[in-house]
Amino acid sequence: MAGIIGYGAYVPRNRIKVEEIAKVWGADAPSYKKGLMLREKSVPSPDQDVITMSVEASRNALARCGIDPSKIGAVYIGSESHPYAVKPSGTVVAEAIGATPDCHCVDFEFACKAGSEAMFVTMGLVDAGAIEYGLAIGADTSQGAPGDALEYSAAAGAAAYIVGKADGVAKVLYTHSFMTDTPDFWRREHMHYPRHAGRFTGEPAYFKHVTGCAKALLEKSGMEPEDFAYAVFHQPNGKFPMRVGKQLGFTKEQIEPGWLSPTLGNTYSGSSPMGLTATLDIAAPGDKIFMVSYGSGAGSDGFVFEVTDELPKMRERAPFTRTQLDEHKNYIDYGTYTKFRKKIRKGE
Amino acid sequence: MRDVAVIGVGMTKWGELWEKSLRDIFVESALEAVNDAGVDKIEAMYVGCMTSGLFVGQEHLGSLLSDYLGMGPIPALRVETACASGGAAFRSAIFDVACGAHDVVLAGGVEKMTDVGGDGATFALSTAADSEYEVYNGVTFPGLYALMAVAHMDKYGTTREQLAAVSVKNHANGSKNPHAQYPFEVDVDRVLNSVMIADPLTILDCSPITDGAAAAIVCPLDKVKDYTKNQPVKVLATAHATDTIALHSRKDIAWLSAVEKAGADAYKQAGLEPKDIDLVEVHDCFTIAEICVIEALGFFERGKGGPSAESGETAIGGRIPVNASGGLKSKGHPVGATGVAQIVEVTKQLRGEADKRQVENAKIGMTQNMGGTGGSSVVHIFGVE
Repeated sequence: MAGIIGYGAYVPRNRIKVEEIAKVWGADAPSYKKGLMLREKSVPSPDQDVITMSVEASRNALARCGIDPSKIGAVYIGSESHPYAVKPSGTVVAEAIGATPDCHCVDFEFACKAGSEAMFVTMGLVDAGAIEYGLAIGADTSQGAPGDALEYSAAAGAAAYIVGKADGVAKVLYTHSFMTDTPDFWRREHMHYPRHAGRFTGEPAYFKHVTGCAKALLEKSGMEPEDFAYAVFHQPNGKFPMRVGKQLGFTKEQIEPGWLSPTLGNTYSGSSPMGLTATLDIAAPGDKIFMVSYGSGAGSDGFVFEVTDELPKMRERAPFTRTQLDEHKNYIDYGTYTKFRKKIRKGE
Repeated sequence: MRDVAVIGVGMTKWGELWEKSLRDIFVESALEAVNDAGVDKIEAMYVGCMTSGLFVGQEHLGSLLSDYLGMGPIPALRVETACASGGAAFRSAIFDVACGAHDVVLAGGVEKMTDVGGDGATFALSTAADSEYEVYNGVTFPGLYALMAVAHMDKYGTTREQLAAVSVKNHANGSKNPHAQYPFEVDVDRVLNSVMIADPLTILDCSPITDGAAAAIVCPLDKVKDYTKNQPVKVLATAHATDTIALHSRKDIAWLSAVEKAGADAYKQAGLEPKDIDLVEVHDCFTIAEICVIEALGFFERGKGGPSAESGETAIGGRIPVNASGGLKSKGHPVGATGVAQIVEVTKQLRGEADKRQVENAKIGMTQNMGGTGGSSVVHIFGVE
């Protein structure tokens, strides 16, 4: 059975508050804060993108496990903001960390579940014996149209996992994937921002798939919510993961450690993978962790992990996710934000 | 003209029915009405629908729905007068039976509103206002009703809390209605502190976007026993009036003339007065609308409707129960279906089948359905022995 050998996260330093965005659009900030449980979100600097954030997160993962990067046999980056439409992000990252040339590399896209998809596939390849180690990354500089509800949540961040045959820091006990054709959120080529179907993104999309995957995973594992120390769900806002968790029978205490969205925002493909990094930062040997991602279109990947004795020995070797999230923050105004996010179109 | 009675009604759960199409929700409700009446045929059909063209890209509903109901080749027709389409479809069915053209006629209403996003729904609904003079200048329905609310508050001292009390009362009633879209209770604080939509109206002053349908079957009163074992609910009056479509063209924007006119005609036809009515279902698309309507129907003096919900006079068990069903606010507002759903509620109340929201000893009930800001209004009165 495959295990997580190393993990790492990266959170950009810039933040913008919900009030700052609402002020510009004449929107009701308290309703966003209360209704969606969002307070602020991360913003990438102009020189940061999915590739640079993936390198940062991967280096943190490598620092923790100390493996020889040339033994990484697969580099998969899940994102919906790959800098190039044609040309992989993964080749740059693999080169930067020293994983080339004997390596399989491909970029993944499945809206917000592309990161967990990369994890799912590397685990399969490791289990099959095709590779010794695989690097799975979920990273996004998420897009949200000016004034759209998404602008309050679309954030930036990355999580990287090195998966190998050994138990590592967390054994992968069970996985499950659940999907249907449900067009709740999409972005076509040449569109700057995604479109979404409003309230349709809730019950028939997020809740149906997260719940469907979670229930199948619980059945497969023969486990109950109380058997887990922690649970991590995809976090399009603060409200959805708490609500779906409680519907499934998990408690606030189980969800809270990996519940980053109120101050991080939605890092799309990075969302639940980053929540898992924050959970691993505090989990104890023997703890079971439940994780279900969600990607529009739509589907969920689910995982059951068990923490090993190795985790406490190596997690101090890289910065904790909460530390990156809570410290060294740089608040920016909406004007700076629009410049950083390249929302200002300059004349030719 | 023959007297007409309602012999069967049908309505299924309303809400965001993502898994169902317009034809599905209509057929479900229509079949429930057919089963309720126990009839084995429908001879003609009228369907109220405001704007299926804009909501789901489908017109020609008469043919579509009689086909899917398995009733083709009967004459079937869509009726439209904005949000009063359902009431107007029912009125058409009454005329059909009254004049002797057919015996068993179905009046239905349907609207499938969630297949478009918020902007699409706002645009579709705005077509019930005056396009050239209201909509193109940027005002939407919440904005128009907010103007009416401000005028009522300014002129009569109606308070923000009194508006909220209408929502509180209707949600309390709706919490007892298994078909309601939002069957939960709210309190005044929650209404006042919910998201501001158009000052002074918050989101809990506004009826929601809903998918839903409703149906009623009518036949000649003297032939009821030929068709059903149900207790007949006699149609005592049917009235329809119009007013200027644009709010700014009215002398008093806090007064609904079409409602007053339709109400007066209905009372005259039935030989009744407001004090004779045991319950009324009114068109509370916004909380202020209920206050204006109950004044125009004569249940409260002009300008005195404000405290109606706060004082408990319009609660179930009050002097005149208003919107025992939960109203548009809690039950939902699939615009074309609303007028028929009001008739479904009054029929159930008069037959004593309204369960936890039953108005005791209800013998005479009224429905008031409205289009736009009151540019049209349809009023019916029903009675049982």
